[in-house]
Amino acid sequence: MLTQGFAVLLSHWWRHKLQFAMLLLGLALATALWSAVQAINGEARASYARAAAVVGQDRLEQLTTADGTHIPQESYIALRKAGWLVSPVLEGEKRFGGERLRILGVDPITLPADAAQVDVGAADIGLARFITAPGVFIMSGETAARLKGVDTPPIRISDALPPGTVLTDIGIAQQVLDAPGQLSRLLLAPRQPTEARPLAEVAPGLVRRAPAVESDLSRLTDSFHLNLTAFGLLAFAVGLFIVHSAIGLAFEQRRPVIRTLRALGLPLRTLVLLMVVELLVLSTVAGLIGVALGYGVASLLLPDVAASLRGLYGAEVPGTLSIRPSVWGLGLAIAVAGTLVSAASRLWRIATMPLLAPARPRAWSLASERALRLQAVGGILLLVAAWLVVQFGSGLVAGFSALGAMLLGAALLLPLVLSLLLKLGERLSKGVIAQWFWADTRQQLPGLSLALMALLLALAANAGVGTMVQSFRLTFVGWLDQRLPSELYVSTRSNDESQKVHDWLASRSDAVLPIWNTEVRMFGQPVQVFGIADHATYRDYWPMLEAMPDAWDRIARGEGALANEQLARRQKLALGDMIPLEGGHKLPLVGIFSDYGNPKGQVIIGVRLLETLYPDASRLRYAVRIAHDKAPKLAEELRATFDLPEENVVNQTTIKDFSLKIFERTFAVTAALNVLTLGVAAIAIFASLLTLSGMRLSQLAPAWAMGLTLKRLALLEILRSVALASFTMLAAVPVGLGLAWMLLAVINVEAFGWRLPMHVFPMDWLRLFLLAVASAIIAALLPALWLTRRQPADLVKVFANER
Amino acid sequence: MNVRMLLLALLLMASPALAQGFAGLGGDAQGFAVPERGVALSFPQDHGAHPDYRIEWWYLTANLKGADGKDYGAQWTLFRSALAPEEKSGWQSPQLWMGHAALTTAETHYSAERVARGGVGQAGVTLSPFVGSIDDWTMTSHAPPSADALSALNVNASGDGFSYRLDLAAQGPLVLQGDHGYSVKSAQGQASFYYSQPFYEVHGTITVGGKDIAVTGQAWFDHEWSSQPLAKDQTGWDWFSFHFADGAKLMGFRLRDAGEGFTSATWIAADGAPEPQPPGALTVTPLAWTDVKGHRVPVQWKLALPGKGLEVTTSPVNPEAWMDTRVSYWEGPVRLQGTHPGQGYVEMTGY
Repeated sequence: MLTQGFAVLLSHWWRHKLQFAMLLLGLALATALWSAVQAINGEARASYARAAAVVGQDRLEQLTTADGTHIPQESYIALRKAGWLVSPVLEGEKRFGGERLRILGVDPITLPADAAQVDVGAADIGLARFITAPGVFIMSGETAARLKGVDTPPIRISDALPPGTVLTDIGIAQQVLDAPGQLSRLLLAPRQPTEARPLAEVAPGLVRRAPAVESDLSRLTDSFHLNLTAFGLLAFAVGLFIVHSAIGLAFEQRRPVIRTLRALGLPLRTLVLLMVVELLVLSTVAGLIGVALGYGVASLLLPDVAASLRGLYGAEVPGTLSIRPSVWGLGLAIAVAGTLVSAASRLWRIATMPLLAPARPRAWSLASERALRLQAVGGILLLVAAWLVVQFGSGLVAGFSALGAMLLGAALLLPLVLSLLLKLGERLSKGVIAQWFWADTRQQLPGLSLALMALLLALAANAGVGTMVQSFRLTFVGWLDQRLPSELYVSTRSNDESQKVHDWLASRSDAVLPIWNTEVRMFGQPVQVFGIADHATYRDYWPMLEAMPDAWDRIARGEGALANEQLARRQKLALGDMIPLEGGHKLPLVGIFSDYGNPKGQVIIGVRLLETLYPDASRLRYAVRIAHDKAPKLAEELRATFDLPEENVVNQTTIKDFSLKIFERTFAVTAALNVLTLGVAAIAIFASLLTLSGMRLSQLAPAWAMGLTLKRLALLEILRSVALASFTMLAAVPVGLGLAWMLLAVINVEAFGWRLPMHVFPMDWLRLFLLAVASAIIAALLPALWLTRRQPADLVKVFANER
Repeated sequence: MNVRMLLLALLLMASPALAQGFAGLGGDAQGFAVPERGVALSFPQDHGAHPDYRIEWWYLTANLKGADGKDYGAQWTLFRSALAPEEKSGWQSPQLWMGHAALTTAETHYSAERVARGGVGQAGVTLSPFVGSIDDWTMTSHAPPSADALSALNVNASGDGFSYRLDLAAQGPLVLQGDHGYSVKSAQGQASFYYSQPFYEVHGTITVGGKDIAVTGQAWFDHEWSSQPLAKDQTGWDWFSFHFADGAKLMGFRLRDAGEGFTSATWIAADGAPEPQPPGALTVTPLAWTDVKGHRVPVQWKLALPGKGLEVTTSPVNPEAWMDTRVSYWEGPVRLQGTHPGQGYVEMTGY
């Protein structure tokens, strides 16, 4: 009985192969996007954790200066001599052949065991080689591969290190980073002897800092991952809409079967159990497909995500995916759980259904007007909540909560809005057929509303994210013009060459502007300090957001400093606040400029002051002003005279193209997820229409009987689908605008530290509108086609028997 | 001798690849200077570091009696290990330093370890004045300029649960071990330069568990340097330094190998005159064993030197005097019974 019962239930899918495919597809797609996002996030987080664990920063207390500047080595010796068990670390960044590497210098002798994840005494490294010149660079295999052919100290591979990070001896690091006698921080051994002298007495400038449980990186990138997670959830929710409607249809269609089975004596409990088992099997199969698919999607997206993270935050994430059982297990679990949740109401109905209740395929989908209103009230409440959170909340989580509340609220409001629009259409239309069309569409609304809500979410996300990206691009391009006004940018290879190149250029160009810089710790974070010359180029073009009127004069005199927007926002700096520079020197903040795409804080001071305060600053780069048409020739001569490699003399256009390319890669992931989400929504509509088409015969038969041809009816079906999609798109525009505003003015500020002006792109919406209409037509096409193939006998049968 | 070597290895980060001889002490000299017979030691220069030799140590052991009437032991050691036979300034220095300090009571053996790179000022030995130091542990001379720098020392160290401050005054001359400071360590001729100051009278304070205890007693200082002190088949050693009640001293050791082992001893008369004993003259026999931290170690010995009519047995102040350091070993104070009663220190490595 059990086997037969199960076979009978399953036979339904055999007869409805398309429905079966739809169910599997919806569930698999939803699982795939969800797992892909989780896998990507997992990969990135593991990488941050590895970065945080390097030299035990996540487990050991540390000593740093209060303002995050370098610690003189003498303080280290003084602390050791006072009985403190500390170990020095120097951290900094340096480019090797175009690759930016995070250099971590440690003293393997005093390094606490907790902090040593690489055994430098191992045979392939050797302590002697590690600590004496030229030293050894220990890095991950992936990083080493990127450095092929680049001149570095001997390389050894250790996969304990995150990509882009180099572990080397403290002495070697001081040479490489040009920071003799300088340390970034001191690691405290977990057990300190009892008799050490007080810190305030030995090294008054230092403060104890708790282990960094959360690294700078994971904090910085949180927003990005939250973003991905939000997309993953959205896709999953949309996928569940499909599952819900497919399962709903299957249950309705199987009512006669269920009635028969029960009449034959199959106990209700067993029946429900069988259906649960069926769902478990289905969802497991679909979940497995989804997880496999998700792995593929994640592998495809990961290189772009890695590029984004590097571009946006300087975070290094490997470009290859490792298999994390937890992620995939979770994916499978969520597929199963999602299916059971979607099916719960159906199972409940079967469990409580009278034994011989007739099947009424239409009844289940008819929501009452009252339910519609309740839903709308809920939607309005959510919108109000979103507004309140934006007004009074702060932080990234608040931003995303507001975003979620707004999207969900809008989705809940949609059926009522559509119903009103359809009523309006009905009132405005003349003629019987037109009126029937509108009324029938409205009657169908409850059955389609879930799918339409999914479509709304997908369209709004598309419009909103699109607006954000385009606004960003427009601002970014304008900003590049301001930021890169010089015709040529020259990088020399040594201070000596730098001087010669400067002298050579001085007589051949309109101006040679030094771009000298150094990286320091300030406010407890790495900050770039640039020195710039007093020149009209800056006064005329620099992308200042706010500034004192005499800002440039004060900078030229060495009496003021500029900060980029992200530093100013992060530290809540206002004009006139003091910026702490080296050796206790402080300058008032005289201006804030926009600095898109830079994960780090930046401070600009006069170049002469930079030379005084930071004698070790890199003085290798120049911007050259010259008439536009003379630039290529000068570049050619410069390369020839000094034998400079191609990439050391670049013109403005090349840099801009390069910057834009980075920008495009950054948003490639967003675009990909956007398209996938929209795809899932289209499938949701298709599934819903398919569901309804099977049950609509009883509504269409009377219309056919009154003289409408099947062809005409099919056309009207397609039109109906188009009308609903169009109305949904109309509703999606304001929602998308709200979303874009939230992304630009709330999320971006929290996530990246900059606020962007919003630009509106109606042509993009038109494209999206056409896309929505196209997907509606495609979704309606198959059911319509089936309708035209119906035999008159099928339609007549509607009148013959009651079901 | 106290081929108390260990270090290095440790310093060499205890890599299994280096497990030739105890703590990597076997092996070739590889460009390092090698001790030669007939080279006269000269002071105060030879109190300092010899960076062209691979390893070196300044080693102090003290048998102490507390104002509370109890026996205590203190150890202070500074090791130097060179990765290359040269000295450079800053982090480029290939010289590594390690300190071991211990305080033994009848109940507890406290030990601590410090490590440092040379060249940056964290550890080292200077000559005028003589100061050996690593972190906050120091051994500082306060001898008048006319006297030997080691004749008066202040020594201090601290670790988890203990600290001590000792004032040392030498009551006798420096003693050159072996052949005028050339000390042979194996039948194949491995050797080190080695001298001692075994005549210290000690006053000071020890702190155990937060309580200060005034102490007095005797201390023994060794300074030894070499590049290849062990033969390849030697696996460890047992080393003894004894103060007898009549004022004489004995330094003796046995280097263990697959066969009989290699023993050597120097008898030091009460006036400081050394009488090196021929190899094999000293016999050492373990009488009782105990398990300490997973190591089975002899804690009672019988030593016999028939030429001097000596036959004594040792009993430890604390049988669990295990140095819980990167390279671990047994080192602790002992009492002597037999023909020559007294006290001393025993070190046992490679168990």
